[in-house]
Amino acid sequence: MIDYAIWFAFACFGAALLMNLWKIVTAEGVGDRVLALDTMVINAIALLVLFGMSNGTEIFFEAAMIIAMLGFVSTVAYARFMLRGNIIE
Amino acid sequence: MILTLSELLITISLMLAGVFGFVGSFGLIKLPDPMSRLHAPTKATTLGVGGVLIASLIHALMIEGTPSFHELLITLFLFLTAPVTANFIAKAHIHRHVEKADLPDPSPDQSWAGLTIGEDVQDDAEASDA
Repeated sequence: MIDYAIWFAFACFGAALLMNLWKIVTAEGVGDRVLALDTMVINAIALLVLFGMSNGTEIFFEAAMIIAMLGFVSTVAYARFMLRGNIIE
Repeated sequence: MILTLSELLITISLMLAGVFGFVGSFGLIKLPDPMSRLHAPTKATTLGVGGVLIASLIHALMIEGTPSFHELLITLFLFLTAPVTANFIAKAHIHRHVEKADLPDPSPDQSWAGLTIGEDVQDDAEASDA
């Protein structure tokens, strides 16, 4: 039962990742692209945790944590660059 | 019995997580204007990842028998950072695409974040001249 649920979640988050990629390609402005990249990072975290769950290992949690932190910092840096034209003043 | 119950819980939270993640990214494509597009990923996707992490927590505790709390750390971090990123992206959008005249008036001592102080001071000076 759990295997089917894990595969269902894999399919959902994989489709979500593809839709984010589509949004990055077709977006009109840079703000939408940053938003799509942020969503992509969050979906990638979910996929990593799911992969760790289906393999029964714990080593992917560190990777997920690091991706979460890097995603936050990079989104804030992008937003700040859009806002000020500069990241570290 | 307990094993079946925990399997059921894991399955339910995984299904919910998948649906929320899918809806969040679908809303990113489907919704008409940028400010409403901000809703879909930041709320639904956070719930989606939260569901996956809860499922993983129960999985580690009940099926594999090794309790781990890394997942709570990731959940907490995402719940803290998602509103901050949404706020930053909204500020950048206001700064780039919205005119000050289109916004509702802020309360007397404050101005809209994302519009620079210089513009506000200039506008106030013009208003007091007129």
